[in-house]
Amino acid sequence: MAKRDRLSGNEAVAYAMRQIDPDVMGAFPITPSTEIPQYFAQYVADGLVHTEYVTVESEHSSMSTCIGAEAAGARAVTATSSCGLALMWELLYVAASYRLPVTLACVNRALTGPININNDHSDSMGARDTGWIQIYAENNQEAYDNYLQAMPIGENPAVRLPVMVCQDGFITSHAVENIELCEDAEVKAFVGEYHPEHYLLKHENPLAVGPYGISPYYMEAKVGQAEAMKAAKQAILDVGRRFGEMTGRSYGFFEAYRLEDAELAVVLIGSSAGTARACVDALREQGRKAGMLKLRVFRPFPFEEIAAALSHCKAIAILDKCESFSAAGGPLGAEVRAALYGCKERPIAVNYVYGLGGRDFRVEDCETIFHALEECAATGETGAPYRHIGQRG
Amino acid sequence: MTENPVEIRWHGRGGQGAKTACLLLADAAFSSGKYVQGFPEYGPERMGAPVTAYNRISDTRCTVHSNIYGPDYVIVVDETLLASVDVTHGLSEQGAIVVNTSRSPEEIRPLLNGYAGQVCTIDARRISEETLGKNFPNTPMLAAAVKVSGVVAPERFIADMEASFQHKFAHKPQVIAGNMDALTKSMQEVRFG
Amino acid sequence: MKKAENIHETSVWQELTPGCEIYEPGTAYQFSTGEWRTVTPAWNPDKCKQCLLCTPYCPDSAIPVRDGRRDDFDFDHCKGCGVCVKVCPFKAIRLGKEGA
Repeated sequence: MAKRDRLSGNEAVAYAMRQIDPDVMGAFPITPSTEIPQYFAQYVADGLVHTEYVTVESEHSSMSTCIGAEAAGARAVTATSSCGLALMWELLYVAASYRLPVTLACVNRALTGPININNDHSDSMGARDTGWIQIYAENNQEAYDNYLQAMPIGENPAVRLPVMVCQDGFITSHAVENIELCEDAEVKAFVGEYHPEHYLLKHENPLAVGPYGISPYYMEAKVGQAEAMKAAKQAILDVGRRFGEMTGRSYGFFEAYRLEDAELAVVLIGSSAGTARACVDALREQGRKAGMLKLRVFRPFPFEEIAAALSHCKAIAILDKCESFSAAGGPLGAEVRAALYGCKERPIAVNYVYGLGGRDFRVEDCETIFHALEECAATGETGAPYRHIGQRG
Repeated sequence: MTENPVEIRWHGRGGQGAKTACLLLADAAFSSGKYVQGFPEYGPERMGAPVTAYNRISDTRCTVHSNIYGPDYVIVVDETLLASVDVTHGLSEQGAIVVNTSRSPEEIRPLLNGYAGQVCTIDARRISEETLGKNFPNTPMLAAAVKVSGVVAPERFIADMEASFQHKFAHKPQVIAGNMDALTKSMQEVRFG
Repeated sequence: MKKAENIHETSVWQELTPGCEIYEPGTAYQFSTGEWRTVTPAWNPDKCKQCLLCTPYCPDSAIPVRDGRRDDFDFDHCKGCGVCVKVCPFKAIRLGKEGA
């Protein structure tokens, strides 16, 4: 039986953690993710979980804690944001290449400078090539739901990869909204216990983790990792379907909102998708064929599926809440356009960078983008393929 | 297509509890069966710095996650903000503004950049000092916001808040009566201009 | 379970373990580093007082000890580094040319 409540995104993730009762948490605070270890510490203090709560001196150490614990056979979690994630950088590669399914709650925030504590996707987008599965949430409900699905995906023996569950800093993490929560017993049954085949504390079967891989082995190891990421696609779909059977909320790689017959569409990630949804509804009321593709899973990137969902459109705008300084657009723009390259018929595509450092994204901003797409569709001209929106001047 | 939510913007100063009041309003509306959003606009968190918080309250889930630019109601927790912040910016003339002040709505209206909608005042400082013994303006401001906006039925609100205080102050029940007094007194004393 | 001896430089990627994990202890023993040696220590049991100082110094665990007494070198793993020669207080080990 679902329980109706109202929680912020951070509360929702901490609540999911309590229900899962992981073995180890590497805890280090950084705005706006601080509340997650804070709320969880209360659960630990109240004796509601059995978690070994390890307070460390940096994010480098919190990820190291998770890696050590996970290699030992434990289920390990942590949470971070922004420069905290940046400080974990080398360990993100270690966790992924050792094939340790750590779960990281990333509360997305901009990176310095200028110094800024507000939301954009620079932190996790910067970590997009570290070998982690990345799942993004539109709101508190999805942050909760995605968190409950992370371990069944990452711990799948065919996958064995760490999972980053991302939500927008402040906009989602600190906003209280309605939410439906699962019963503790349902969560326990859904997530299951973690029983890896090999782990350091399995005394009858000594194990070496993290060996040196000279050139004759490194390439093969990386191909293995790449294949695991391909295998993650099926695991994500299976777990998303199973979650739907439990809750009525099914999940795939993305949500195609009024996209089937859309001529114009926006492609975006995170909380702004809710705002775009309202814009699409308003345009549809005016009889304009607008749609949206809200990407949920960025790693693995659903290349063929995105191409199939968008190829019929006349013009699309890909919205990046992250500047990659390529002088040609953002990471989502690059990958969506690459996905469309193989299509015989493909839409005009423009890439907007928006919402940096907490710059608000309003329904009106989304309307402006759809107006620009209408012009692209009418003239057949792409115009500037790489644009910014929301800045002055 | 969803109906338009009631949008409320809170202005306060860091440390006065505007964010807490905003979240309490979301709580109260949730308890009466509404879909709610309660979120602060975050900047550097400094005591005394102007802060803004927002509520959207509706009968179906509102998916818009931007700030609020055309609120139906504005709640000003600190009167001194009238001099430095354009608190009525975008405020619907069919809505209302509620200001924490000992002055009357007629005295406040000239300070509101020509705002022609309803102006309400409440002396939250005095109510708080009388009922709680200290200046915690957010509890009376919350009640005034409920009374003026009508987003929650007053009886329902009082009942829900009592239950919520009993839960929240289980370890110090002596403060519950004062908080309840602050709420009821505030609802009685709001002055509509 | 994949044995380390079955993973080698001609193994295809499917034959590697996830994360290159090794599922058994002491697999370094299977790797014959003795082949790297260009000079060879020679142990003189007559001069050796069995003080066993050489054993912990050997970086390759190539000085076997049985029943509290050292035995001759494990030449499958001795790299000929000469540390044992330096630490022996009784000049019971000397370095000579490999194969001499």
